Amino acid sequence: MPLYEHVFLVRPDLSVKQVESLLETYKSVIVEGNGSVGKTEYWGLRPTAYRIKKNRKAHYSLMNIDCSHEALTEMERQMSLNEDVLRFMSLRVNEWEESQSVMMRRDARTDRDRRPRESFARPTRGTRGERGFRSIGGEQERGIPQEAEAEREGSS
Amino acid sequence: MNENSQGRRTFFRRRKVCPFSGSEAPKIDYKDVKLLQRYMSERGKIVPSRITAVSAIKQREVAIAIKRARFLALLPYLIK
Repeated sequence: MPLYEHVFLVRPDLSVKQVESLLETYKSVIVEGNGSVGKTEYWGLRPTAYRIKKNRKAHYSLMNIDCSHEALTEMERQMSLNEDVLRFMSLRVNEWEESQSVMMRRDARTDRDRRPRESFARPTRGTRGERGFRSIGGEQERGIPQEAEAEREGSS
Repeated sequence: MNENSQGRRTFFRRRKVCPFSGSEAPKIDYKDVKLLQRYMSERGKIVPSRITAVSAIKQREVAIAIKRARFLALLPYLIK
């Protein structure tokens, strides 16, 4: 059966226990559909990059699933009905990532892995190709982020 | 990177290699927010590969990974 990676976001006002019980219920949906669930991960309550249904944070969890696509769609259907689940995404993968994902390793890899690298956030002029970068509204693009930056610093 | 030697305009550009090629290349994964953020502008846009020197194949993977991360709100669609 195909392998899937499934990430879902749960409303932040639920407790960790409730999130775990949700995970169990969806696991059982898969098992009922003759599938199996491999590794599960709880990434914790993370701030979202933008608001989802007025929420600024969400509980993130990941499941490695091995099941038929019928079982997966059934689980997705049930998730879409549950209002506590803000969002989910399942991806078909060729193989599961057996070790802990980057999210869980976050604390372990701090400065050790961070090599000084060129930042692409504000590219230097030299790297800009001769292919007319300016004509694609390069002028605007350079102006706006700087203003935004100033605003952000001002408000914080 | 452009060096003007003796007033002459010499456009010498160091040939950059794709950061995702080679044996120590990091795996492109939508969960690796820190890695993907390096390929986004301050505004939250995906930076073109001619600036980042990512190969075309890898740029496609990066773009897909960023879009996946955006859907899960791991990365922003735009930074105001």
